[in-house]
Amino acid sequence: MSAAPLLEVRGLRKHFPLRSGVLQRTHAWVRAVDGVSFDVYPAETLGIVGESGCGKSTLARLILRLIEPDAGSVRFAGEDVRGASADRMKRLRRDMQLVFQDPHASLNPRLTIEDAVAFSLLVHGTSRAEARERARALLGRVGLEARLYGRRYPHELSGGQRQRVNIARALVLDPRLLVLDEPASALDKSVQAQVLNLLADLKAERALTYVFISHDLNVIEYVSSRVLVMYLGEIVETGTADALAQAPKHPYTQALFASAPSLDPDRRLERPPLSGDPPNPIDPPSGCRFRTRCAFAMPRCAETPPALRAVGEAHDVACYLYEREATVGAAPR
Amino acid sequence: MAVTTALPRDLDAAGATPISYWRTVAWRLARDPATLVAGALLGLIVLSALLAPWLAPYDPNAGSIRLRLAPVGAPAHVLGTDEQGRDMLSRLLWGGRMTLVAGLTPVLVAFVLGTALGVLAGYVGGLTNTLVMRTMDIFYAFPAVLLAIAISGALGPGLPNTLISLSIVFVPRVVRVAESATVQVKSLEYIAAARASGAGVPAIVRHHLLANVLGPILVFASTQVSLSIILAAGLSFLGLGVTPPAAEWGLMLNTLRQSIYVNALVPALPGLAIFVTSMAFNLLSDGLRDAMEIRT
Repeated sequence: MSAAPLLEVRGLRKHFPLRSGVLQRTHAWVRAVDGVSFDVYPAETLGIVGESGCGKSTLARLILRLIEPDAGSVRFAGEDVRGASADRMKRLRRDMQLVFQDPHASLNPRLTIEDAVAFSLLVHGTSRAEARERARALLGRVGLEARLYGRRYPHELSGGQRQRVNIARALVLDPRLLVLDEPASALDKSVQAQVLNLLADLKAERALTYVFISHDLNVIEYVSSRVLVMYLGEIVETGTADALAQAPKHPYTQALFASAPSLDPDRRLERPPLSGDPPNPIDPPSGCRFRTRCAFAMPRCAETPPALRAVGEAHDVACYLYEREATVGAAPR
Repeated sequence: MAVTTALPRDLDAAGATPISYWRTVAWRLARDPATLVAGALLGLIVLSALLAPWLAPYDPNAGSIRLRLAPVGAPAHVLGTDEQGRDMLSRLLWGGRMTLVAGLTPVLVAFVLGTALGVLAGYVGGLTNTLVMRTMDIFYAFPAVLLAIAISGALGPGLPNTLISLSIVFVPRVVRVAESATVQVKSLEYIAAARASGAGVPAIVRHHLLANVLGPILVFASTQVSLSIILAAGLSFLGLGVTPPAAEWGLMLNTLRQSIYVNALVPALPGLAIFVTSMAFNLLSDGLRDAMEIRT
């Protein structure tokens, strides 16, 4: 990681209030994202993996400032996103875009896909004719020949085609950073592969940086250079995709890899995969949040949450099991 | 990857001529027999009301003491005469104007005002939403008829006051529908995508929100027209609406009601007119709702 980071996230936190009663009093908080820090370097793909409800999608929206964080900062190319004025924010939005998970809800049913893609350009003052031209060109690039598909409505397209439209819409402003929130999860396996390959091609062509969010470890391993593992709103482990695949450290990461189906018999572990659901993020366990499902939980895990510490080259883990190890030690596997 | 797959020729044709949403709706409306009949009937009613000055054989307010309560089919008076000897056909034609104006205007006002308020409350949310919606709840708490009578009673009789009181009845209803539709659409990802692209609130509302909430609001408003016609006629019947001697179906029902034992058919005519008109509006709005239920 030589260059300066493109995206710096520090101590990002978002708790959603749960209100009830006539007076709408807040009686509890959902700790969706709780003190998350990481960097994204130019031209890399940072994979963010975790179970459903661990705060991945909230994190994506926080990065793009679609929702306001409670605490922490997001800096894009050195510029503070959270404190940006409305004008600056509009400029910043050209540089970072989001691809949504649900190919059905993410397209306006009343706009032709050509208009849907061109809309972003019109917002930024491009002339109608030019916006149309560029939208059509980009639709062609993502595999939807504008002559055939441009004037169609979303309900006339398949899920994979809609996701291509989503990608085109995100790319039409020529962003530098693309946050992909489960871009392929709602698609069939074969279509998923096409979309992932398209994303890989586009990344190379346009020198893009990706933040790729998924619950699917196979997908994350395939696309990412670096991976960040989230559990209940917190980062439990980060490392290169290879390091995590070869030697996952955190018991949660190990469980994730163990439960991911593998075609390679050597990679099938004997360890029982993760059981039960994650605890309720409204009232997460004290100390380490994973301790309730962890086979190695110690008394101290309930006291204070473990901090992320380095266990290898660009490999951090938040677990007491690795506290006294300098770099590489005996993993409990 | 290989995405340049060969496409069948008909797909090419379909791609070249897109069918817009509203054209599909119109096409589906035109294929529904009930809607067609209702639409034709309504067209006839509206046309006859518009052309009343030319169609009516007599002055609707000129009566003749000697010709009171002539039966239907009487010579020179096809639909008979009322208790003051005025020509019923002429009065029904002229009365249709009043009834249609009194029925349609409040719903139109409510559609515009209610949509604006509802979208505002739904999109902004928070305190604005609470203020707007709870205010609407106050009006909503009263039964429609009671509210219309109370406001009309306070304002006094006359067409303008009827329009005001009926608008007050219908605005809160439309606001409710508009607000819930807005809240629902607002949470969809394409709105978030528009925000992520840097679009401001006016652009998002205009291009993404309104296009998707106007449909359901329109359908709801159309269901209210028949109710509005009946309420307007009801107010006139009670003497709170259009003032005599003007012709209005509800008012005609009122003044003819004592004559029902003398000549039952003539007093029934304005009631029949109200029934047919509101029924036609109901059928039309049913057809509209069905036609707009297109998978999106």
